[in-house]
Amino acid sequence: MIAELGHYMLVLALGLAVLQAVFPMIGAARQDGRMMMIGQPAAYGQFIFSLAAFASLTYSYIVSDFSVAVVARNSHSLKPMLYKISGVWGNHEGSLLFWVVFLALFGALVAYFGRGLPKSLRARVLSVQAMVGVGFYLFMLITSNPFERLPNVPFEGNGLNPLLQDPGLAFHPPFLYLGYVGLSVVFSFAIAALIEGRVDPAWARWVRPWTLLAWVFLTTGIVLGSWWAYYELGWGGWWGWDPVENASFMPWLVATALLHSAIVVEKRDTLKSWTILLAIIAFSFSLLGTFIVRSGIITSVHAFATDPERGLFILMFLALVIGGSFLLFALRSDKLQAGGLFAPISRESGLVINNLFLSVAAAVVLYGTLHPLLSDALFGVKSSVGAPFFNLVFGFLMIPLVMIMGLGVHFKWKRADIKGISQRLKAITGLSLLAALMTLYVTYGGDIMPVVWMGIGIWLLLSMLQELSSRVKLGQVPLKDSLSRLKRQPRSSWGMSLGHLGFAIGLIGIVATSSWSLEQQKVMRIGESMTIGDYTLRLDDVIAVAGPNYSAVRGIITVTGKDGASFMAHPESRTYISSPMTTTEGAVETTMAGDLFIVIGDAQTSGRWGVRVYYKPMQVWLWIGSTIMVIGGLFSLSDRRYRIGSPQGKKAAGKKNTRSAAHAI
Amino acid sequence: MRYLLVPFILIALSLNVFAIGVDKDRLHDPAQEARAQQIMKQLRCLVCQNQSIVESDAGLAVDLRRIVREQITAGQSDVQILDFMTSRYGDWVLLKPPFKMATALLWLGPLFLLLVGGFLVFRYVRQTPVKATPEPLSPEEEKRLKHILRDNNK
Repeated sequence: MIAELGHYMLVLALGLAVLQAVFPMIGAARQDGRMMMIGQPAAYGQFIFSLAAFASLTYSYIVSDFSVAVVARNSHSLKPMLYKISGVWGNHEGSLLFWVVFLALFGALVAYFGRGLPKSLRARVLSVQAMVGVGFYLFMLITSNPFERLPNVPFEGNGLNPLLQDPGLAFHPPFLYLGYVGLSVVFSFAIAALIEGRVDPAWARWVRPWTLLAWVFLTTGIVLGSWWAYYELGWGGWWGWDPVENASFMPWLVATALLHSAIVVEKRDTLKSWTILLAIIAFSFSLLGTFIVRSGIITSVHAFATDPERGLFILMFLALVIGGSFLLFALRSDKLQAGGLFAPISRESGLVINNLFLSVAAAVVLYGTLHPLLSDALFGVKSSVGAPFFNLVFGFLMIPLVMIMGLGVHFKWKRADIKGISQRLKAITGLSLLAALMTLYVTYGGDIMPVVWMGIGIWLLLSMLQELSSRVKLGQVPLKDSLSRLKRQPRSSWGMSLGHLGFAIGLIGIVATSSWSLEQQKVMRIGESMTIGDYTLRLDDVIAVAGPNYSAVRGIITVTGKDGASFMAHPESRTYISSPMTTTEGAVETTMAGDLFIVIGDAQTSGRWGVRVYYKPMQVWLWIGSTIMVIGGLFSLSDRRYRIGSPQGKKAAGKKNTRSAAHAI
Repeated sequence: MRYLLVPFILIALSLNVFAIGVDKDRLHDPAQEARAQQIMKQLRCLVCQNQSIVESDAGLAVDLRRIVREQITAGQSDVQILDFMTSRYGDWVLLKPPFKMATALLWLGPLFLLLVGGFLVFRYVRQTPVKATPEPLSPEEEKRLKHILRDNNK
């Protein structure tokens, strides 16, 4: 009954989405206020109904109703509650439902916060948002109905894959989806602007917080996934350039570019059609990430063949959305005139070059991911594109990007004084060279690129600190004044500083952990020892442990550092009851200097155990850096300027409109 | 991150790939072992999803690791070992594909895009100012403007 109710709610949501797609669009074209008004209530209703559908599916999971096909396939009555719930979105049908709920939520948010928008723009945005929704509802109802019942109800479910039973992974997909779906709002704004035929700084001001929100979610989602891979897969790897990872990385790269180019539109009223194009591409990558990987076209062509109906729908939907919006762009983008001009050395130029490199990077990831597929289809050659390729090409693209990042923040709008800037950066450049030389000394005999990268990473970090200190006039005015200036910095400039500082910290971590990791493995008897770097490990004991739905072996290991201090580590190897599969729970000892990562394996012959140990220098810097980036994004998002953009009574709305009107005149 | 792949991995592989194995034949000379690791990172575990043979416990990966170490002990150079693997399994085994006609776009594409993009940026920055004519206000905005001006005059 509950499942049928959910199904019905989904159909109702589709109906409302159709209304929301059709009437506001016609209304906006005819300047008919009443037709445009339909968008808002339809958006709220659509959200409520899709949420109800989601709630009923969640209910089926919570009570383990195995007569519902997806629940039987993906759940198990013995699973902890957290994973029963996260199981809702841990599969194809459920994750699609999750998608549309958020799509509808963002639509409702636009309807609510967009009360200050010009009526026709808001109507068109809501309409485009609903059009995307219609596609998703149809896809679900026609090919992937999450509420399908089984004719013969099984006694027990198949269980969720043990690898997915991890808190990191319970929250990784929702954040990623929030990011993907957040970009749908940006897309809707872009398409609406193309239909309206105008993009002005006010438009960029409305779009920026949505881009930022999507970016914050995407970053969080990607980092959670990476963190999970690091802890759970037991190889100490956190990024493998795997098609699924790439699929989430591409929209991130484009969203990052968009975040920067929208600033230029807002401040300088130029770069408009490029920004619109980026918005379209960003969402196209989101769709690609959701669909193509899901359907299995990249990893195995079979998945398409096994369910031709699904594959065909996906291809048609993608062609319609992506092709349609590019066509619209081609037809209408000449309407968008460029405004202000700028000198070759200026903040604008820096941001343009940032966009150039980020876009090329996204293109490299896209083509590298698709190359094996194309090569097989066109030349009949099976070929692989993996980490060694991406690391090489991406590394070369990142060097100029990081350089322009470190320089660009010092540039002024319109025209920057390069001499003055290089004068100011002399000291930190010297310090970074010194740091690089020290790195060279410590790692003498190793590769040279990590040394170069370390220098660049430290330079970037110092450059960002220098920018912050020059903004508060540190050293030029009494310390007290500097501090009060620091306090008065607007949140958005804190966001900029934190975002970039976080990037620099993460970059340093990435360089260290991917260049200087150590690895040791040994088959150990109880009482035996092994050494890695400065640490000595002794296997004291191995015991059997029982968990709620698994049994495990746990190693009791004493680790002694160089200084004689010692601590205990308890790595586990778990075997799950519902599926014959083993997962590793590595024991990780984290310090700022590096992670010691211990993994225990199965019993070998005659009471011996396989033990693998990794030392990952500065690994935690990556997690700290990316957390700071996200915090920076949140700071920016909470800036007063964006709140002014939302309707806080008549007065605020009036203010903003005066400004946008002033720009138009 | 790779969770979406898990179903495919499970189909493609024996169920125990995530169990932890230990190579018993690691090379005693640390420099040689480091070389072996470097080579192994370049080789695809052919039965896995996009993993190198360093990070897999699939039977094939274990075998290939043994072969790499044997060849290093036998005094083969890095290039010789990679050539041997390619002759046995084709270019597919290389995670960094060699430069060929079929991979020309992959290797030269980024450079080409940078050049074209760089040229466009150059042209954009150097363009002569276009006199931007602001668009007339829409009737709705006219109304708003009047409204605002009236508000301000109060």
